[in-house]
Amino acid sequence: MLLLTCPNCGVAAEETELAPGGEAHLKRVGPGSEDADFEGYLFLRKNPKGVHFERWRHANGCGKWFHAARCTVTLEVFGTYSAQTTEPPKDILLKIDDKRPGWRG
Amino acid sequence: MSTRLKSGGRLIDRSETLKFQWNDKWLRGHPGDTLASALLANDQTLVGRSFKYHRPRGIVASGVEEPNALVGLGKGAKFEPNQRATTAELFDGLIAESQNHWPSLEFDIGAVNALVPKLFPAGFYYKTFIHPRAFWKHVFEPVIRKAAGLGKAPKDRDADRYEHFYAFCDVLVVGGGVAGLNAALQAAKEGKRVLVLEQTPHWGGRSPVDGGTVDGKPVADWINDTVEALERMDNVRMRRRCMAAGIYDHGYVIGYERLTDHAPAKQGPRHRLWRIRAGHVVTATGAIERPLSFAGNDIPGVMLASAVRDYIVDYGVSPGDRVVVVTNNDDAYRTALAVREAGLVVPAIVDARPEANGALPQAARAAGIMVKTGTGIAKVQGGKRVTGVELCAQAGEGATLETLPCDAIAMSGGWSPVVHLWSHTGGKLTWDAERAFFAPDPSRAPVGHDGAPSVSVVGAAAGDLTLPAILDGAEAPEETPLRPVWMMPEGASADKRLKMWLDYQNDVKVSDVQLAAQEGYESVEHTKRYTTLGMATDQGKLSNINGLAVLSDALGQPIPQTGTTTFRPPYTPISMGAIAGEARGEIFQPLRRTPIHSRHEAAGAHWEPVGHWRRPYCFPKAGESHRDAVNREINATRSGVGLLDASTLGKILVKGPDAGQFMDMLYTNMMSSLKPGKCRYGLMCSENGFLMDDGVVVRLDDDTFLAHTTTGGADRIHAHMEEWLQTEWWDWKVYTANVTEQWAQIGVVGPKARAVLEKLGGMDVSAETLPFMTYAEGTLGGFDARVFRISFSGELSFEIAVPASQGLAFWDALAEAGAEFGITPYGTEALHVMRAEKGFIMIGDETDGTVIPQDLGLDWAISKKKDDYIGKRAQERSHMTDPERWKLVGLETLDGSVLPDGSYAVADGTNANGQGAVQGRVTSTYYSPTLGRGIAMGLVLHGPDRMDEEIAFNTVSGGTVKAKIVNAVFYDPEGEKQNV
Amino acid sequence: MSNAVSALPGAAHAGIASVTEMGLQGMVTLRGDHAEIAAAVKKVAKQDLPGQRRINGGLGKGVAWMSPDELLILCAYEDAASIVEKLDKELKDAHHLAANVSDARAVFAVEGPAAREVIAKLCPVDMAVFEDGEIRRTRMAQVPAAFWMAGPDTIHVVCFRSVARYVFDLLATSAAEGSGPGFF
Repeated sequence: MLLLTCPNCGVAAEETELAPGGEAHLKRVGPGSEDADFEGYLFLRKNPKGVHFERWRHANGCGKWFHAARCTVTLEVFGTYSAQTTEPPKDILLKIDDKRPGWRG
Repeated sequence: MSTRLKSGGRLIDRSETLKFQWNDKWLRGHPGDTLASALLANDQTLVGRSFKYHRPRGIVASGVEEPNALVGLGKGAKFEPNQRATTAELFDGLIAESQNHWPSLEFDIGAVNALVPKLFPAGFYYKTFIHPRAFWKHVFEPVIRKAAGLGKAPKDRDADRYEHFYAFCDVLVVGGGVAGLNAALQAAKEGKRVLVLEQTPHWGGRSPVDGGTVDGKPVADWINDTVEALERMDNVRMRRRCMAAGIYDHGYVIGYERLTDHAPAKQGPRHRLWRIRAGHVVTATGAIERPLSFAGNDIPGVMLASAVRDYIVDYGVSPGDRVVVVTNNDDAYRTALAVREAGLVVPAIVDARPEANGALPQAARAAGIMVKTGTGIAKVQGGKRVTGVELCAQAGEGATLETLPCDAIAMSGGWSPVVHLWSHTGGKLTWDAERAFFAPDPSRAPVGHDGAPSVSVVGAAAGDLTLPAILDGAEAPEETPLRPVWMMPEGASADKRLKMWLDYQNDVKVSDVQLAAQEGYESVEHTKRYTTLGMATDQGKLSNINGLAVLSDALGQPIPQTGTTTFRPPYTPISMGAIAGEARGEIFQPLRRTPIHSRHEAAGAHWEPVGHWRRPYCFPKAGESHRDAVNREINATRSGVGLLDASTLGKILVKGPDAGQFMDMLYTNMMSSLKPGKCRYGLMCSENGFLMDDGVVVRLDDDTFLAHTTTGGADRIHAHMEEWLQTEWWDWKVYTANVTEQWAQIGVVGPKARAVLEKLGGMDVSAETLPFMTYAEGTLGGFDARVFRISFSGELSFEIAVPASQGLAFWDALAEAGAEFGITPYGTEALHVMRAEKGFIMIGDETDGTVIPQDLGLDWAISKKKDDYIGKRAQERSHMTDPERWKLVGLETLDGSVLPDGSYAVADGTNANGQGAVQGRVTSTYYSPTLGRGIAMGLVLHGPDRMDEEIAFNTVSGGTVKAKIVNAVFYDPEGEKQNV
Repeated sequence: MSNAVSALPGAAHAGIASVTEMGLQGMVTLRGDHAEIAAAVKKVAKQDLPGQRRINGGLGKGVAWMSPDELLILCAYEDAASIVEKLDKELKDAHHLAANVSDARAVFAVEGPAAREVIAKLCPVDMAVFEDGEIRRTRMAQVPAAFWMAGPDTIHVVCFRSVARYVFDLLATSAAEGSGPGFF
């Protein structure tokens, strides 16, 4: 059972306090968009073996959303960070580079 | 025969005698006994029957690995089947019974299966019961089901209580043997928070029995000193009778503590499930001795060598007067020495190795025990108990060279580290060919949330089987290598292999595994399932390694290539009660009550669960059916005035400079244009366009909206709002607050509603001051109230919110003021019928997660002026704009009957699957007392264009019933009644 | 007003710890940028802004940190409405949301040497290191709850009003005589 530290309240929360929110950093596509773009936004999700960026909500806690960078194989957590961002922070990316060389490929 | 020795037994208290019941017979034991040791002390060597052949079974082991001695414990509400006698502690008045036999343990009809073991080889069920197909359901399955299952399920409700406990530590040590205690001490000295779990009632593991010294003193002294030292440390917690059942991700460990199983008079929960989060886990889980595979190795009296010396040393129990020891290693010589020391006879030590010259064999010889090397067991003599043993050359085919009378056999095939917990979260194993076991590979440990190894392993569990290997300063006789023996003798004939048991509980023999290999089952996981090897309640603790060694041999490949099956939690079975914890009875799940709940209860409400809420479905009077009560409530409301507890409706505040913009995105309607003091019905869709909730939005002031949601929707919709605000539009200045429970909300509904409020007095509720779809604050009968002129019934209706703490008093005040008008409380069913009479949709009836507002003819509630709202883009997808989508209409049966709920409108022809084609379905259907007939709503192909057309709906009985397509608004289509 | 009743008036249980319903309690939820609302909180609630997951004061008079943009103000039940009014006035130029939630909640006291253990049976929280002045929002069995230390052996628990009976029964069951793990 995962243990993720909520960056909003600082609690190392076990999974039963959390609600999962799927893949992170999706860009919303609205009216006027192409069908293919909308399909990508609404339905197509990464399911990587390895480094993954996810959304979580500290539902039974401070109620806030946050992001987690995690390895889906070993479940290593590279870091959790604010939900109010469109991309992972640099320090977490560098940490992943260090731990999983070549993961960006 | 097995009996209690006159002396010895380090764990028992001979000064006290306990009585216990075994199959209705009263026997005696001592405090400190296990049920198994007490049964053996009473010469009860036969304790059960095997699963498939109903073979007689005796006690094999002395701990959790026991496959045979499964018994039913307790009686009535305290009965529990399949309990291991070897771990059940004896107490005065214990009641136990044997299982899996009929009519009695001594004489079991099912044992005829065993007379023809060739009839039940591996895969027997799969092969036999395939044809003819029809036989499966009517002949085979009922018979197999009757014969299946060990033990019997308890019939009574469990009388005990259970609970969970969340514990945290830096280091969790699993196992309180020497290695575990040592690891705990080291960690504790570093200042870590340490928790030590030991599954038995005793510290020290096997060492006190197996012997050895630490710094020149008996190991038992070291154990006592270390336990005392640990108990004195503030940062250490120690729990006995607490097994680590499983290790999960990120240091999560489940512990299973048995609190009163050994002391039923004790107060408190029976079991406690520990939910432990550990920074690091040390598994010191020890090792389990392996049986040897020789013909007749399942006859009662054949036991593990370690168990034999446990019973002698720990409990002062002799498993037999003449004990033959059979082994492939030095350790089993300890048993021979223990037997001899107890004053009993060891006719011979049968050692499969060509020579045995280690310190222990030498000690045995010095004690005058005959050691027969290069020898194996050809066959065990006896039926319900061992009477003798035939010896042969281990290298041969099993010709009997010699027969020794004996009444017990102590066997040892070497030891296997307990790697279960290490493996639960992905720790890898390596095969140690020299010592013939799988051991944890520390270079491939499970990792925690930080990517560092989260589990380490010490002691016998790591493969360090001797005391000096575990502890500095420890001394014990040096042991020479074992010789792997997977079959005895090596060239055993087919008839012998047919009698060599691997899995005692599930009756899997060497011959079965070999047959599986021959039939092409190469994967160990497939072989396991085909033969059921290791699938019994002991999960193969004794049989796995032997089984996969036999499989490897049959496949002609090395053991590591075959590999092990997957180790899964729990390590040994844990009670369902412990898993449930406190969640039973009244607190099985949360039940949400409105502030007026107690009044509804007193009024005899028939309840309807809505989410976790309980809402009155109706309020039947004495002798009144639910249907009659609903009709009465509707008629009273439509003709006079009704009273509805609407407190469960969600109420969410949305406030901020950007609140209007945000509401426009949330709802399909234009909400930013709503004037303060006004109400508007709104629809909310998910991003993929489907209708997810509806309700009345009120603008409280320029900055603030109050969004009403459905009863089940409050938390979900609040979370939905926060998700968009926090993760998409975080720069918008909007705050929300879920104030659902702050308010008790009561609907006063019906033509006389205004009169009731006017009687209460305090604020102007006239049509001029408070017209339909407006809102005002004021006081009513002295209560601070928010009054909404909204209607879900089509009648003149006020929904009035007062602070929840005053809800009950306000309900009473309304009931009193309304008495002269015949005010009638109504429930959810009356609410549903009245809304259906008005053609109002209900989320969850007209919608099912695939329905868009356009399907329901709600285009009027979808703003054409807005560029965007959540779900708008999705509603432009081709499938959503397809004119063939079914649309909402009203339905009236020609005969006035009520359409079956969920029934389909049949069409001509068949669909792509060859099933009858359909052209619509019923979404809501009720008897309308107002109209005196059945009414329904449904989604129908081209429905709105087919008014007055008659279509047929299927019925439960297989026929059809005709209904006419009509306008969905059955009652007061002009809306005159609600707008007064 | 005299008509107001708390969720479970007078509910009490005694075991390894006592469990008592605390009656009507004033509570105001205040959302806003903490830096922007600090002065108003000080002025109206007479409390300093608490740090992350901290509570200043307690029942009757206190302020608790609920999330990076939310505080909970504790006050006398009768005062909640006027506190909302005062906050709205003080913060009329600041983006904020203040709401009286006194009636939406129930409050319990768990008291006795085993109080921490009672909570540890229900919440995934390390109660061994739970400090005075800390507030924890978490899951209590199957519902959300919050609690803080109100004294060395006293814990105050807040939950939603609708589940007051469930939470009381949970606490009472967990405080049953003879059920102390003796862990802390």
